[in-house]
Amino acid sequence: MNLWMILKVALRAIARNKTRSLLTALGIIVGIAAVIAVVAIGQGAQTMMMAQISSIGTNLVMVFPGSRTQGGVHGGSGSAQTLMAEDGEAIAHDLGHLVRAVSPLVRSGGQAIYQENNWSTQIQGVSIDFPEVRNWEMGSGTFFTAADQRAGSRVCVIGQTVVDNLFPSDDPVGKSLRIRNMPFRVLGVMARKGSNTMGHDQDDVIIAPYTTVRRVLYNSVFNNVSMLLVSLNALSDLPIAKEEITKLLRQRHKLAPHAEDDFNLLDMTEISNTIGSVTKLMTILLTTVASISLLVGGIGIMNIMLVSVTERTREIGLRMAVGATPGDILLQFIAEAMVLSTVGGLIGVAAGVFGARTVGRLQEWPILVTESSVLVAFLFSAAIGVFFGFYPALRASRLNPIDCLRYE
Amino acid sequence: MLITIKNMFKIYRMGDTSVSALDGISLTIAAGEFVAVMGASGSGKSTLLNILGCLDTPTSGSYLLDGTEVSRMSRAQRARVRNRKLGFVFQNFNLLSRTNALENVELPTYYNGSLSSRQRRARASELLSRVGLSNRTDHTPAQLSGGQQQRVAIARALMNSPPVILADEPTGNLDTRSSAEIMALFRQLNAEGITIVMVTHEEEIAAHASRRIVMRDGRIVTSSDEPHREAVTP
Repeated sequence: MNLWMILKVALRAIARNKTRSLLTALGIIVGIAAVIAVVAIGQGAQTMMMAQISSIGTNLVMVFPGSRTQGGVHGGSGSAQTLMAEDGEAIAHDLGHLVRAVSPLVRSGGQAIYQENNWSTQIQGVSIDFPEVRNWEMGSGTFFTAADQRAGSRVCVIGQTVVDNLFPSDDPVGKSLRIRNMPFRVLGVMARKGSNTMGHDQDDVIIAPYTTVRRVLYNSVFNNVSMLLVSLNALSDLPIAKEEITKLLRQRHKLAPHAEDDFNLLDMTEISNTIGSVTKLMTILLTTVASISLLVGGIGIMNIMLVSVTERTREIGLRMAVGATPGDILLQFIAEAMVLSTVGGLIGVAAGVFGARTVGRLQEWPILVTESSVLVAFLFSAAIGVFFGFYPALRASRLNPIDCLRYE
Repeated sequence: MLITIKNMFKIYRMGDTSVSALDGISLTIAAGEFVAVMGASGSGKSTLLNILGCLDTPTSGSYLLDGTEVSRMSRAQRARVRNRKLGFVFQNFNLLSRTNALENVELPTYYNGSLSSRQRRARASELLSRVGLSNRTDHTPAQLSGGQQQRVAIARALMNSPPVILADEPTGNLDTRSSAEIMALFRQLNAEGITIVMVTHEEEIAAHASRRIVMRDGRIVTSSDEPHREAVTP
């Protein structure tokens, strides 16, 4: 009996009991749909988070001021005011073989006003290397220059969210906005970057030279910065770069060999690893649940196939009498179970994709249906059919034709 | 000889006791014979037919079918012999329900790759015309009378052109008129050269055969050895 004939006979046997076949396949349908939906949602989430992390820059090391101990009093994180913009320049200069660009970051905030519009936003004081560090392109206009940075000019570039709120109808480039009653000339607009991993809108920002922010807005007599953003040439350099930065900063801050660091290093791989392991754990958990439902579905198929073998004992006997070998009977029933589970798998894939898309639309969650997950689900459902169909098929193939023909 | 059986035993063991269903039978059937096997129930005639049909194997003894020893073959080998050399006609027809007459007739060719699906279809409808059912090809067994169902079964038995047809009480479930039609068909097939071995307990059915074998307690008690005698119409 050739393969096509076997499939045809199997399809016909399944079509004969449509309701029962559908109910039997339901376990597989639900299981596969669950797997497809879970994987689509999980992979979508992971891809989104990874994209956000790489939008920050995966090869980014952040240097924060650390705690400071003075006279036995241990200050909290950030209490040390020893991290300077010059530290960043030193890192860029001395570790040029590892580091691509460095920018200090001085944070401030305030109400920005343009004509009748006003918007409360974050003001970041950075260096001219900031776009390179953050991997962030200009939308229009230009970034400020080294001269602006040296002079502490009242110039700025703004994010798209600020544009939307302050300049709903105007082109902001060349206009002046006011922060704390001081005019800042808008040189350019950054390209839209979207929300970061924590849901923070990265486009809701006004970027100015750190010198300007420190002098004009920060009201600080000290020369310290909120953090340094260090972008590496290659992610593989990360461990050695962190070591070198630590060594250099300790030396610059004149720390004694036994003294604690007065700064902290944080890199994105730690965050991305955490997110990766969390999503992986979620996927494993949900896949386990889905696998259990597939197992139950498979047992359902086995159950119905056993019933089918009993019901069709006479048919089996007749087929044997007219020349079906035990192998033919075995193949026929395995094929039937396989077709049942595979058709269930196909319906499940469709239902899963549909379900994932619906969830994605309602929850505004990114969905990623990969070809490999569909293929794996499909092959897995076929494998379930073979696995759970084997025992009933074996029973059928071992029946004695004489007993079968006499069976009432 | 088409069928040669020598010193055949079939012993069923049931706990401590053993029952000899066949008790040392020897039998030869030539090509072209129409043999009726008769006997009371329990005489061993069904066992003999099952072994002749390669559905069962003897405990000992030899069975040459068309020159091949088949009594020691594996299940798969016997399935192939049944497919090629034997056609079965049963008392209860054994047609696949919810399957039309044409596909029921085609069934034996599913298990050998000898015909394309078009050839298969052509041969099945030719056989259905031959048994007088050319206008019933797409009827399911439920839509056919008993006599018509048995004719579909006979067409199925002929599908692979076997030299031998084995019939187990072929008229047992039929009325007199249908029985007469089926027996006429058998005689026609026999006249065309097909060997028929038929188990029956009805005298008037057995009378259509050219030779009669009567069994009792696993032995052949009478065997009319006139292979090509003209059958007597009752």
